Amino acid sequence: MSKLTPVLSAHWDQADSFTIAGYKRNGGYTAVEKALAMQPDEVIQLVKDSGLRGRGGAGFPTGNKWGFIPQGDNKEHYFVVNADESEPGTCKDTPLMMANPHVLIEGVIIGSYAIRANYAFIYIRGEVTHVVRRVQQAIEDAYKAGLLGKNILGKGFDLELVLHVGAGAYICGEETALLDSLEGFRGQPRLRPPFPAIAGLYAKPTVVNNVESVASVPAIVNNGVAWFTAMGTEKSKGFTLYSLSGHVNNPGQFEAPLGVTLRQLLEISGGVRSGHKLKFWTPGGSSTPIFTDAHLDVPLDYEGVSAAGSMLGTKALQIFDETTCVVRAVLRWTEFYKHESCGKCTPCREGTWWLVQVLKDLESGKGTEADLDKLLDLCDNIMGRSFCALADGAASPIISSLKYFRQEYLDHLSIGACPFDPTAATLFESAGVR
Amino acid sequence: MERSTGPVIPKVVQSIDGYVTNEGIELIGQKLELATAEVTAVSTFYTQYKSKPVGEYHVGICTNTLCAVMGGDAIFSSIKEHLSIENDGVTSDGKVSVEHIECNAACDYAPVVMVNWEFYDNQTVQSTKDLVDSARAGKPIPPTRGPKTLRTWKQNSAVLAGISDGLANEGVQAGEPTLLGLNKAKGGA
Repeated sequence: MSKLTPVLSAHWDQADSFTIAGYKRNGGYTAVEKALAMQPDEVIQLVKDSGLRGRGGAGFPTGNKWGFIPQGDNKEHYFVVNADESEPGTCKDTPLMMANPHVLIEGVIIGSYAIRANYAFIYIRGEVTHVVRRVQQAIEDAYKAGLLGKNILGKGFDLELVLHVGAGAYICGEETALLDSLEGFRGQPRLRPPFPAIAGLYAKPTVVNNVESVASVPAIVNNGVAWFTAMGTEKSKGFTLYSLSGHVNNPGQFEAPLGVTLRQLLEISGGVRSGHKLKFWTPGGSSTPIFTDAHLDVPLDYEGVSAAGSMLGTKALQIFDETTCVVRAVLRWTEFYKHESCGKCTPCREGTWWLVQVLKDLESGKGTEADLDKLLDLCDNIMGRSFCALADGAASPIISSLKYFRQEYLDHLSIGACPFDPTAATLFESAGVR
Repeated sequence: MERSTGPVIPKVVQSIDGYVTNEGIELIGQKLELATAEVTAVSTFYTQYKSKPVGEYHVGICTNTLCAVMGGDAIFSSIKEHLSIENDGVTSDGKVSVEHIECNAACDYAPVVMVNWEFYDNQTVQSTKDLVDSARAGKPIPPTRGPKTLRTWKQNSAVLAGISDGLANEGVQAGEPTLLGLNKAKGGA
């Protein structure tokens, strides 16, 4: 199985992989020694040269983000980790932090040193109690080991790391909403510019990076740029976690070079649910336009997915087979966006509400064909008209499902009901639902 | 910067009162020198803050698209019927409450159920019925990926408020789906 390249997940099968002893036994906290022996600018350059791009969805080059922090400005700088994983389908950072929180902490120390930050924050979602325990414990153990606090490893670098536990709001995964939440307010996105690199947390220069991005840094420091760039494609370097879920025989986490295809991942994992065939899937969570069985060979890197009309996003591959009603799936995602809209921008707050009303009618077969155009018109009027991308994400499944499955929407109308039996899509279908 | 603790302190209140009480909001306002309206504005924004009591075991059933399709909808409707309560309802003995929740970042373990925000992976209608029955009987089935025993809503609220319960080392480091790619890379089945 040469396609897989376990790096972050390499030691997750060891029962104590989450402890500081387990991490150190596997070479943990050696990268931070190397990094602290370098000049901060050299660390930034190394990450730039690696081509590492943000693994939280947007794919912005991590090293460039670090390079945007003004130096010599006599201001406090902040390093913030976005651990608020909540995008439907996305399930990589949570198991990562459960199995190995120390690799994240090591990345935080290196990143903070590079951007000259003496305070760092991990903003973790609050709905994962045991992951919170693991990260809390890891931070405590890192302090005891002299890896956090004053004069880290005797190199004169100070860093305080605070774990901030969220309280249930998808929008706080948006970086400026996250910063507002961290400051003690409702989590609502800010207008940009200014960007966080200039005015972030407490209006000070701030880097906000995804968990997987930060956790990838120690391996790059240890193994070098050439090692990292040997994996992946021309503009999408390195390895990443692909999360396979839904109607597959074996769901799970797969670490592979960027550019692997769904066909390859399905071959490795054991394929679509036996006796069924692939109908539609998301390449990177519910905010990325859906794909169909025509996209099995799209290279899953930033450019490949984009060229095919979607986004790599969080590499959350949610697989749905032919038993799934696409209208039901899209309605449910739309209900999610309506619920999670923070309410700040009118097009999103009102638009997602109306999308739900129209989709409910369509799903129950009560709508008319004109409603399909109304949906697209609504999408057109909320996309790009809000402070953040939540509304854009809400429009993605609607527009893409109408592109590939318009007839299925019409079938609901001609029958006057949903033509699908929801029990056939459940995993325990054969065992009986009740 | 004290204000930054604003969204955390309601968890402390929940660990004592079980939900964000008016008394709790007033106390937070006094401590942080904020108007009660400012505190309420924050606490009502976040869904983990409850404005009325929940059960000792708060059951969240994922009904976002993927879990819903794979069985979450069936589990949710069956459990409401089984307990004779609606969404956000609490059983008359105060033991169990039920809420439909959004994606909880465990899609490779779908259908997912959370109790007091601990993972119960790969659930079925029957396994979830057994789970709520065991909780009502005071002997809850332990989480799939979590501590050896399920703690109460108030106890876990304290953990989320930053008060350690020392249980981080309990439970597995990873479940099977988390390890699948690694095992395949090593040539395993």
